[in-house]
Amino acid sequence: MINKVADSIAQALANIPDQATIMIGGFGTAGIPDELIEGLIASLSDSAVQGLTLVNNNAGNGDSGIAALLRTGRVRKIICSFPRQADSYVFDELYRSGKLELELVPQGNLSERIRAAGAGVGAFFSPTGYGTELAKNADGSPKETREINGRMYVLEYPIHADVALIKAEKGDRWGNLTYRKSARNFGPSMAMAAQRTVASVHEVVDLGALDPEVIVTPGIFVTHVVKVPRVATQAGGFKKEA
Amino acid sequence: MAYIRRTKDQMAARVAQDMPEGAYVNLGIGMPTLVANHLPAGLEIILHSENGILGMGPAPAAGEEDFDLINAGKQPVTLMPGGSYFHHTDSFAMMRGGHLDICVLGAFQVSEHGDLANWHTGEPGAIPAVGGAMDLAIGAKQTWVMMDLLTKQGQSKVVRECSYPLTGLACVKRIYTDLATLAVTPQGLQLVDCVDGLSHAELEQLVGLTIQA
Repeated sequence: MINKVADSIAQALANIPDQATIMIGGFGTAGIPDELIEGLIASLSDSAVQGLTLVNNNAGNGDSGIAALLRTGRVRKIICSFPRQADSYVFDELYRSGKLELELVPQGNLSERIRAAGAGVGAFFSPTGYGTELAKNADGSPKETREINGRMYVLEYPIHADVALIKAEKGDRWGNLTYRKSARNFGPSMAMAAQRTVASVHEVVDLGALDPEVIVTPGIFVTHVVKVPRVATQAGGFKKEA
Repeated sequence: MAYIRRTKDQMAARVAQDMPEGAYVNLGIGMPTLVANHLPAGLEIILHSENGILGMGPAPAAGEEDFDLINAGKQPVTLMPGGSYFHHTDSFAMMRGGHLDICVLGAFQVSEHGDLANWHTGEPGAIPAVGGAMDLAIGAKQTWVMMDLLTKQGQSKVVRECSYPLTGLACVKRIYTDLATLAVTPQGLQLVDCVDGLSHAELEQLVGLTIQA
């Protein structure tokens, strides 16, 4: 019998590999798997794992969640589209002091590169970023470009991950998932792109209880499902209106 | 003769006036979000948010906020009847795939060829952050810019060549400002309208470029 429902977060996040690439869902505060990030920090504290690469749209805010993960010193690099937030001071300090490498990627390219990894696409040509500073490699060399039907494109490679941490709403023991409102964001693409996908859910339901027409992430993309208490998502990461 | 600058809300109303029935529209963070308050009553204009919403509605009443339902600026919003949720990769496919009719963005500079600079000042020590700006700029069928025409120092933000890092090449079709509305055409800048009391010659002098009447 397949049972992807993990007994605990610790079980689902045991044995994170050294130098792992870890995807974390969420946009702003919606869809951030807070409990899984806390579990990851706990798992790291019991190990000597170093040199992690994080993939997230943002780079944390305040002192908890991704900001706390960055503060462990185990993260070498972050791949994201929008690190700067009203209260992203943990990232800001690490980045300015040269302790954290940043690969800045336009948001749609980021999302498509993640999807491409999950879909087995070797690379793809994107019009986004052509002619800009973000059409360069880390060493400053230009990325490969091509004219296709009169339009210019930049060659973009997939982003694979060892682990993806995502927040869903409901799940079953096969790993089928539904999401809640705009908390869906990167979850479905990240779930496809990782060797090990761990999804937190607020409700574990019996097999067959999820309407097959509304399952967003089929269980084939999911390794572990962990139930966490339902806590209302809090505000954060934006400037108050002046 | 003296002229009076359009306020932010007047600029937003001016942009909204050009939105056709049935348009799928993305409003960028900052000033463009004001356009939502001025959409013509009686028209169905569908707002897109990059984080996976079509049919985005206004801010909820105090106490009704749901932070699983936020806009690109991370602020709580609502969903209109007929609205839908989808994941990020589909959301950006709506842009890159040419499905979105109009996006309205703020800008540091726009060149007379429609090059856009709006993501990074390039100043040393500034932390770069791009978000969806580059995807929006080149993805929507029409990219409109909404900004003050002049910097606080009085320099035109409509320029021959952008000096700030580019967001996209030749992607801006219209520039809505506090003094005038300009169209970017293959033949160069063209005047659409300008505030009362500002002559064409004075506008050209402020911008320092040729603007066709």
